[in-house]
Amino acid sequence: MTDAAAHLAANDLACRRGERLLFRGLNLTLGPGQIMWLRGANGRGKTSLLRLLAGLASPAAGRIERDPQRERVYLGHANALKDDLTVTESLRFLSRLHGFDSAPAALAAALQRFGLASRRDAPVRTLSQGQRRRVALARLCLAPPRSLWLLDEPFDALDTEGVAALNLLLSEHAARGGSALLTSHLPLTLTSPAPITLQLDEVATA
Amino acid sequence: MTSPPVFSTVLGRDLRLAARRRVDALLPLAFFAVAVSLFPLGVGPEPNTLRQISPGVLWVCALLAAMLSVTQLYANDQADGSLEQMLLAGGSAFSAGIAVALAKAVSHWLVTGLPLVLIAPLFGVMFDLSGRSIAALCASLALGTPILSLLGNVGAALTLGVRNGSVLLILLIVPLCIPALIFGSGAISAVESGSSARGHFSLLGALFIATGLLAPLATAAALRIAIE
Repeated sequence: MTDAAAHLAANDLACRRGERLLFRGLNLTLGPGQIMWLRGANGRGKTSLLRLLAGLASPAAGRIERDPQRERVYLGHANALKDDLTVTESLRFLSRLHGFDSAPAALAAALQRFGLASRRDAPVRTLSQGQRRRVALARLCLAPPRSLWLLDEPFDALDTEGVAALNLLLSEHAARGGSALLTSHLPLTLTSPAPITLQLDEVATA
Repeated sequence: MTSPPVFSTVLGRDLRLAARRRVDALLPLAFFAVAVSLFPLGVGPEPNTLRQISPGVLWVCALLAAMLSVTQLYANDQADGSLEQMLLAGGSAFSAGIAVALAKAVSHWLVTGLPLVLIAPLFGVMFDLSGRSIAALCASLALGTPILSLLGNVGAALTLGVRNGSVLLILLIVPLCIPALIFGSGAISAVESGSSARGHFSLLGALFIATGLLAPLATAAALRIAIE
């Protein structure tokens, strides 16, 4: 049985991509204050698992239980930004779409945290890859506390400063009782809380 | 937990994007103008012939303009990850999909359908239609272009991620648009020949209601399949 207070629980999950079975018999439980690091070689189904958990795809077998009161924030490989909108407009669109706080002051504070205050009225077209990632991550600051974050390679394209900002955000999020499941091909530098590792390479494939 | 305003948020963003890309938004209108203007050159300047074919010509060109402009409706949003975010908003992917589909259809109509309705009288004059026929032309396009936007939406969602999607979309969706074409151009012909167009307008209205109810459901289902 799973813990009643878990934000997310998956039982005996299997995922199929075309003809190939990516994994089966996968169990995981994510509770408040926990950060889980999803590891695995390329093509082992890290992104597929995150998409299953986000509700973008349905599993081939198994069950996913989500706390219905818990907001889910999914951040994919793509940043979901529009070249023709400004940074603030893009962020406001994404946060309004999910019913997050989209007051101008909140948007400005979120951009400030990721060092984008001076670029807030610049068109997304003019941003570098790392800056785009920062805008996408700024959305996390607007999510309600104690939400569940599903992050696909959030550290991608970030510089040391950006990594530090995200680490700090994750620590605060966990301290407030939120949870996160993230993938990263580089070792995590997050120290508090210590991330729980889920190794996909060790999950059965056949 | 109240559900977020997906419809108004997506609609507002799409209109803002269209305003930033005015040239792209005007292309379907330019296509309509050029295609319609070719007919007098190709068919010959005989006023009676032109008056007779004009309802069909105007409607076919409006239909093609709508189909050409609808192909990229979801493609960019899928490529940059916005579509996933839209479908994750709200309660379930299906209900969010319906809101997204409606918002996309309304924005497509406001950006391409409404301008067509507004410039159509100009082309009615070009074909020497009577005042009453021009009114019928505008009324039939006002009722018919939303049908085209709604059906085009289904096609755009169905052909998402398919190579040569735009050609496939036209093959899939144009047959569904035929009833709207028949009753739309029929209404103008009826007025032009002096009989009542009420039957045509009633059927066009019924088609509008039916597509308005069914097309967003089909679009939402297609979007759900496209992102899996």
